[in-house]
Amino acid sequence: MLELKNINFRADGKHILKDISLTLDAGKFIAITGPNGSGKSTLAKIIMGIDKPDSGQIILNGEDITGYTIDQRARMGISFGFQQPVRFKGITVHDLLNLSAKQKLSNKDACDILATVGLCANSYLDREVNASLSGGELKRIEIASVITRGTKLTIFDEPEAGIDLWSFNNLIRVFNEMRAKLSGSIIVISHQERILNIADEIVLLTDGSIEKIVPHGQPLESFIKMQDVRSCCKL
Amino acid sequence: MDKVILDKFDSALLKAVADLPGIPTGAFSLRKNGKSVQVNVTPNINIIPKKDKPGIDIYVRADTKGETVHIPVVITESGINDVVYNDFYIGRNADVIINAGCGIHNDGCNDTHHNGVHRFFLDEGAKILYVEKHYGEGEGSGKRVLDPVTEVHMGKNSSCEMRTTQIKGVDSTVRTTSAELGDGASLVITEKIMTHGEQLAETNFNVDLNGFDSKVQVTSRSIATENSTQKFVSNVNGNNQCFGHVECDAIIKDHGKVISIPKITANCVDANLIHEAAIGKIAGEQIVKLMTLGLSESEAEAEIIDGFLK
Repeated sequence: MLELKNINFRADGKHILKDISLTLDAGKFIAITGPNGSGKSTLAKIIMGIDKPDSGQIILNGEDITGYTIDQRARMGISFGFQQPVRFKGITVHDLLNLSAKQKLSNKDACDILATVGLCANSYLDREVNASLSGGELKRIEIASVITRGTKLTIFDEPEAGIDLWSFNNLIRVFNEMRAKLSGSIIVISHQERILNIADEIVLLTDGSIEKIVPHGQPLESFIKMQDVRSCCKL
Repeated sequence: MDKVILDKFDSALLKAVADLPGIPTGAFSLRKNGKSVQVNVTPNINIIPKKDKPGIDIYVRADTKGETVHIPVVITESGINDVVYNDFYIGRNADVIINAGCGIHNDGCNDTHHNGVHRFFLDEGAKILYVEKHYGEGEGSGKRVLDPVTEVHMGKNSSCEMRTTQIKGVDSTVRTTSAELGDGASLVITEKIMTHGEQLAETNFNVDLNGFDSKVQVTSRSIATENSTQKFVSNVNGNNQCFGHVECDAIIKDHGKVISIPKITANCVDANLIHEAAIGKIAGEQIVKLMTLGLSESEAEAEIIDGFLK
């Protein structure tokens, strides 16, 4: 479904991604993990088109999308959940979900979507997506805006950041439902042991290169250095 | 007065400024090209033309609930210079909506001016929602100029919400609003302005919080595009135990310029006054987020602007 071929990316004089090649099959769930600064978020942004590679190709369902804009890729079926949710003045939660769904959602439909991320919906629909919401609320709304699209490929950049335990449990359920309902592929950038444990494959990125690709079922300790495992937050 | 026949410009302007499909129902006063053309009253709302100058006195009977007064103004002749004085007397515990607005269609080469001088007198417990839209259109080189002056005098526990909008086509505006609030009175002003081309828009607010536990909330959201300039001046005086919050948010595009001048003065140790101002271009991350939902860059920008001015 998605193929990255020899992706290189440099910024501020640093070689951030070094010759990354990776294949994601339809319906697969991969987790990309690695130390801070290893290039995980950059790789996610390159797939979405937010950052442009200096060289290499991105192939989606056989089509070279390397030169495509963010919105072209979005319309081809890629979604992206931001690590830091974006705030808007004036755009309400309901507006954002309408934009995600490409239609005016009824209150009930919008509420149902919010309920999947654990928000008591009626009290949120008319609220603006701004700083009056807590970080955790914004994060859940961000995730809701992504799952509303129901695309074949969804990328989450550290979805666990800023959410509480209850939401985290929901998040695992959301991932499983997305896979079951959409036959969709999911890429998650994560440090979380429980997310890593449900992935079909774990891609270990170190210093801008893929160090290892590990299939589901192997103990984390067997391929992540001990200090890294300890730094994984166990929820 | 003869029955008024609306031409296509009148109808379009009425729709733009008051969302009216035609002549309104209920209490209204329709003014066209500098003259009052039709007035309607109800048992609770009386409208009396002024004798000494152009304009009307509007009397809302005490305890009137749920009625709307429409006072739209349309100008389709180029070169008109219209000044109108409207006084609103809102009776005790009345609760009404006042729907105002001015639309100018100027196809000529002469400037068209409309200055509405509005004074509001709210009795104890009275409540109004004042909605006003300003709009201009036309192919002529003549400017469309609107300089509204508004005074609000608020009695004990009265409440006033003013929503003013100027989105398109007004070349120059200087808006001057002043208010004095009695005990427990509450004033909420929400202003939305978008300017284009070489347009100028200036708004001045002067609010005296005289009453114990009086409150004011002023929110200005503006977008200055192309070579337009906006100036926002607010002056809130806390003269008693009171609360005042002034918020000015502006987006600038192209060569747009925005000046925000806040002034808050606490003349009482129990006055609680806040001013917040932010000016900047549309955040790139907002556009990127909406593009990840499939919107093009221009669609994303339009959604952000629509939301900001909603």
